[in-house]
Amino acid sequence: MVLTLAFRNLFHDRIRLIVTLVGILFSIVLVAVQLGLYLGARKMIIGMIENAPAEIWITSFGAKSFEEAGVLSGRERHAALSTPGVRTVVPLVASFAEWRKPAGGATLSVVVGTDGGDGALRPWNLVAGDVIDIAAPDAVAIDRSYLENLGVTNVGDAAQIESSRVKVVAMTDGIRSFTTAPYVFTTLDRARAILNMPREQSTFLLVSVETGADVGAVRAGLQDRLAGSNVEVLTKAEFRDRSLDHWLFATGAGVALIGGALLGILVGTVIVAQTLYSSTKDHLNEFATLRALGSSSRYIHAVILLQAAISAAIGYALGMAIALVVIKLSEGTALPIVMTPGLAATLFALTVAMCAISAFAAIMKVTRIDPAMVFSR
Amino acid sequence: MSTGSAKIVEARDIVMELGHGAGMVRALKGVSLVLEAGELTLMMGPSGSGKTTLLSIVGCILSPTTGSLRIAGTATENLSPEALAGLRRRNIGFVFQSYNLFPTLTAIENVRLALDVQGTRGSRQVMVAKEALEAVGLAHRMTAYPRNMSGGEQQRVAIARAIAGKPALILADEPTAALDAENGQSVMQLLSELAREKSRAILAVTHDHRTLPHANRIVNIEDGLIVGETRQTPASAKSAAPAPACADSKTKTELEA
Repeated sequence: MVLTLAFRNLFHDRIRLIVTLVGILFSIVLVAVQLGLYLGARKMIIGMIENAPAEIWITSFGAKSFEEAGVLSGRERHAALSTPGVRTVVPLVASFAEWRKPAGGATLSVVVGTDGGDGALRPWNLVAGDVIDIAAPDAVAIDRSYLENLGVTNVGDAAQIESSRVKVVAMTDGIRSFTTAPYVFTTLDRARAILNMPREQSTFLLVSVETGADVGAVRAGLQDRLAGSNVEVLTKAEFRDRSLDHWLFATGAGVALIGGALLGILVGTVIVAQTLYSSTKDHLNEFATLRALGSSSRYIHAVILLQAAISAAIGYALGMAIALVVIKLSEGTALPIVMTPGLAATLFALTVAMCAISAFAAIMKVTRIDPAMVFSR
Repeated sequence: MSTGSAKIVEARDIVMELGHGAGMVRALKGVSLVLEAGELTLMMGPSGSGKTTLLSIVGCILSPTTGSLRIAGTATENLSPEALAGLRRRNIGFVFQSYNLFPTLTAIENVRLALDVQGTRGSRQVMVAKEALEAVGLAHRMTAYPRNMSGGEQQRVAIARAIAGKPALILADEPTAALDAENGQSVMQLLSELAREKSRAILAVTHDHRTLPHANRIVNIEDGLIVGETRQTPASAKSAAPAPACADSKTKTELEA
């Protein structure tokens, strides 16, 4: 009967129920979009780091992120290779460069120079062409979501990066850049040539450790070997966190996204609390009657909490349906929104928590109820 | 005149002070009342005489300032609000002036809710609720919502809700006030019949003199004190068993003696 009463109390006043559900729905969509944007940004920021097979990254001192790092002289590679536990050390070039569109105009791109050998970062999610095609003269791979930005339409189109001619030979799907400058994959040597970088130099050295080797110990060994070289030896997790810190928190972008999500939770909580409180106030005489009939406080609290839980479940289902539509629409935009099972579960937990907190004021009101009011009507 | 039946309510020297300081009002000034099983007692008196306050205290909804109260043998002093709620749940059924039915629930659901509060669940809950509604003549209106029922029918649902848990005590606050003469008589007839079950006492507060023939006992209260009591054989009992009418009136002095 608790469930029946909770249901009837909610559905008795349809207008108020709609207001409650709109409040929850608004909150869910806002939080889903904000946190989805955060996850989307995160995925873009750490995409290169996560997809590289290296356990350790050697970077110039103070490198902020994948896109913002200085140049390594090349001597570090030999020192690294001689460190116990190191299996491979592969140079990687990543730097901003101007992409000149075939029809005129230019845009900023990030040239990623990599060789396809063991331990190297290779383009992934290829939807046209092959990794080995990049070895062909002037060949580059781009992501298909940037075709319009780069002024090309298909594999085989030609363009220019800085003063070098390039030809699109392969296309990836979903390798997007947080900086909005598209990634352009090419060979290590061609990247150096495009960027006028001496042959031995690179932006990163990707270190893979031997099977069974302790990454921490290898890293310490590398730090010893490279002491005084003005470089940093970072584990994958450290470099990932540093990149996230830089783009999401140093720039304030992440704070804005999380702040928006918190605002959504706050607004949702206030709306639900207000409607639940007003519903409880309207049904106060009924709760007093229940109390007079001898119901325990727990019984009445259960009715209110169930009202909150039903609101949460319906609001969550509607909110998620709308959020999924928004997420679908965001595909292919500069900042795609990401929804994961973890985020969906988090949103559900947040909705339930929000409604439970909202029920607090109503429960307080009912706790102070005087059952003697049943005789005063 | 005592019937020798079990004492369901034993209220002794009940004093109730409402408010504080200069605004304090003594609603009850030392009232003693015993209700026995098998009796319908009507409590009459002018507005502000303390009837509803006494009803609330006997119903364990208000706690007296001083005095002692026992409900079905259980002393209520020093009981927590939750313990008092438990006592109400187990022993007391209420019938309110405005029925206090849940408008979003059907007749049977209203009765089932009271049983649910008492811990009766499942198919037994449905069965007992049906029996209670049948007992008040509403077998055909079980799925009706209060808004679609007459005042008399709503009060019968309220009575079914009060009796479903088979409480030892039923308290009714102006049970006929919102009803027309015919429905009022019908409800009082029903209460009178329910009172004749020897395990139950009924106390009803009323202004309605048409209800008097149904009572075993009429208690008059004025200015916070019981000032008179009349015992009689109720009309329904007379028609059921034509025993000689018995009326016994006592003054306040006689009562206190």
